[in-house]
Amino acid sequence: MDIHTFLIQLLNGVQYGLLLFLVSSGLTLVFGIMGIINVAHGSFYMIGAYLAWSLTGQLGSFWIALPAGIALSAAIGLALEALLINKLYSRDHLYQVLLTYGLILVFEETRSILWGDDVRGLPIPEAISGSFPLSDTLSYPYYRLWISAVCLVVAGLMVWVIRKTRLGMIIRAGATNREMVQSLGLNIQLVYRVVFAAGITLAAFAGMIAAPVSAVFPGMGNQVLIVCFVVIVIGGLGSVKGAMVASLLIGLVDTFGKVVHLEIAGLKLLPELSSMTVYLLMAVVLLWRPEGIFGRRL
Amino acid sequence: MMANRVRLAVLVAGVAALALLPFFAEKFTMQMITKIMIMAILAMSLDLLLGYTGLVSFGHAAFYGAAGYALALVTPHDQAANFWTSFPLAIAASALLALAIGFFVVRTRGVYFIMVTLAFAQMLFFVFHDTRIAGGSDGIYIDVRPVARIGGWQPFNLDNFAHVYYLALGLMVLVYVFLRVVLRSPFGHAIVGIRVNEHRMQSLGYPTFRYKLACFVIAGAIAGIAGYLSAIQFGAVNPEMMGWHLSAAVMMMVILGGMGTLVGPAIGAAIWMLLELSFQGLPQAGGVDLGKHWQLFMGAFIVLATLFLPNGLIGIVKLLHRGKEGADD
Amino acid sequence: MTETAAPVLRTRGLARHFGGLAAVKDVSIECRMREVHAVIGPNGAGKTTLINLLSGDLRPSAGSVILGDEDITGLEPHRISKLGVGRSYQKTNVFLPFTAFENCRLAAQSRLKSSMRFFRPALSDQDLNAVAEQALIAVGLDSKGGLAVAALSHGEQRQVEIAMTLATNPRVLLLDEPLAGMGAEESARIVELLKKLASDHAILLVEHDMDAVFAVADVLTVMVNGMVLESGTPEQVRSSRAVQEAYLGTEELLHE
Repeated sequence: MDIHTFLIQLLNGVQYGLLLFLVSSGLTLVFGIMGIINVAHGSFYMIGAYLAWSLTGQLGSFWIALPAGIALSAAIGLALEALLINKLYSRDHLYQVLLTYGLILVFEETRSILWGDDVRGLPIPEAISGSFPLSDTLSYPYYRLWISAVCLVVAGLMVWVIRKTRLGMIIRAGATNREMVQSLGLNIQLVYRVVFAAGITLAAFAGMIAAPVSAVFPGMGNQVLIVCFVVIVIGGLGSVKGAMVASLLIGLVDTFGKVVHLEIAGLKLLPELSSMTVYLLMAVVLLWRPEGIFGRRL
Repeated sequence: MMANRVRLAVLVAGVAALALLPFFAEKFTMQMITKIMIMAILAMSLDLLLGYTGLVSFGHAAFYGAAGYALALVTPHDQAANFWTSFPLAIAASALLALAIGFFVVRTRGVYFIMVTLAFAQMLFFVFHDTRIAGGSDGIYIDVRPVARIGGWQPFNLDNFAHVYYLALGLMVLVYVFLRVVLRSPFGHAIVGIRVNEHRMQSLGYPTFRYKLACFVIAGAIAGIAGYLSAIQFGAVNPEMMGWHLSAAVMMMVILGGMGTLVGPAIGAAIWMLLELSFQGLPQAGGVDLGKHWQLFMGAFIVLATLFLPNGLIGIVKLLHRGKEGADD
Repeated sequence: MTETAAPVLRTRGLARHFGGLAAVKDVSIECRMREVHAVIGPNGAGKTTLINLLSGDLRPSAGSVILGDEDITGLEPHRISKLGVGRSYQKTNVFLPFTAFENCRLAAQSRLKSSMRFFRPALSDQDLNAVAEQALIAVGLDSKGGLAVAALSHGEQRQVEIAMTLATNPRVLLLDEPLAGMGAEESARIVELLKKLASDHAILLVEHDMDAVFAVADVLTVMVNGMVLESGTPEQVRSSRAVQEAYLGTEELLHE
């Protein structure tokens, strides 16, 4: 592999990893702070992508569609928490999984009714279309770099909010001791509502910015959900740091796994079995540290 | 004790009714009930994990599908496989798969366990769906159903839907009896102890990993029985048999009926299948084909049932009788 | 005690850290057969951590635990239990939905070579049933065997806790505050039980009830801040200046 191809794969891997981080950080935050496992999380990635496609078509501009989509997603998140999610706090994880699985079906079919089952495409916005040249024949799209940059900015924002703001302090306190926070007069219910809305908005936002490069199709929510689970199992439930490390690891392993050729004893392993690489990674982590690299023992 | 006798009587009556049904019902109903009985076997196997051991496996369908695929793969092209060899083989395939996956996932607890069971099952789904190992997303047709011949004698003919019905009924009863016996055994007592207080079990000297893994394998093997029957009934297998939609559906069957009761999940299977049928038969409304989008109603039902019926229907029955739960059988 | 038999359970320089905190530091103690070794000390002295280290519930940061001739340091709890070390918990750790009898029967069942038996009913094993029955009789709960433990009083649940440990037929008993939460009559019964058990077991007893401790203990170890302050016969410990200053003077405060 020459240096230019390597660079392209590296950038792709990092971009995929950062996007994955955006989605999985939402899932792991909601679990770490609220104790809720939301398997419909992947559906919001799908909803974000479809919103981007639909709103861009209706409003005429990707740049207007983005904030509109974010606002809509946040509203859905707040409503969902107020109506359904807040009934799950005292329940077993089994019921959280089932209820949110029911939501997946509702979201999937609603999407099917509203927007159909066809694969949709969204053009890369004018302002950041084009690519910069790496060599005589190869170039890298500006948009993909923009995606990575945006993800990093959001990650930085997340860390800043959690570490340096009062809201972040309340969130961290609520994560370890819900009753104490409540007895201090702080409205933990409101905090949870905001955290949940933020979590799913992260997923939706990721879907929105990914739409121009990854196509908009029905199964994208479920697909990303499974990978998110792998990220969280490897990184550790509730750990944002773990989500970052695991996402990048998976992003790189998955990307390079698809282009590298690996043959052992006549058996063609890569790229034929590239889709298995992340699961193998998960299996290894399970043997070594079942609670994840940065996870706490349950 | 009275309650036990009544329950036994009800069960026997139910089985008798099922045995007599073919004399009164036509083909469609019988095939529907066969499907329900197959799902009942699958649901009971999940109840062993969910209701009795406390292991929330979100990838249980993988073992159901594995057995179906095993049959499809050993069936020679345009010829029949032998039932007496392919049936044990398919169950063994499911059991071995459960052993392989269980070895990794049983190390985890709580939410992790839910996630990794789903992840591994999906991995399998993608292997069968995306590769050409076994027909890809289209699956495989079983051109000729297995033949149940030993020597010159053929006790039943799997091309006859009535025979398949009785085979399913017989296996369902056998599975139920087997599970009741196992739950009464030292092993059964141990796994319930593990669900109630695993830490104490360990401190009492039980190597709990082994018991959970054994349970996982047994449940997987029984799921394989259901998968094999399903492959026979439909004459085809496809990756959806391993998909998480089915895994979630089986979970709902267990919950609907009432987990930790064995009978509950069997009833839950019936309810679920009938619900599915009803929603699929919905007419057009407002320009939308509601029947096509039946999963919307399924999803809404799941949400409502989870909120309002956590103990399932048996929970409601228990509430009405205000009886105390028996700890042992 | 005239004979100094070889210790059946001993620790060498046992330590356990949690981050920067040393819960147990350089503890070397010995337990002998037919001897009650009581461990006392203020709250936070590391007594429960010590028992956790001996039972395998916690892994040591340093040091070793030796059972007979075998180094059992870092073994998993179920292995240590099978080697004949029984442990009861300070915070009642039983099977609440089961009957008292089933709690003890399940404990006794652990002594089978393997519970991977699928076909005979568990309740048909009369030997195990007898062991469970004996354990209940020993703690005085035989009349309540058929009741769910969740329905028993707190003191009775503590009795089940002890009965379960006895049903595993251990050589060595690690008892973490067995009398906690018990009334006077129940406590007296357990103290008598301890005296009887002492005749053919090695007992390590963590307790706050000083009357009980001085009634049964052959050896007394005082722990403060994770370390052994003093260890010896009850008379030696009682008369030690260091102990009096650090601990026994505040004895009254401990009888909450």
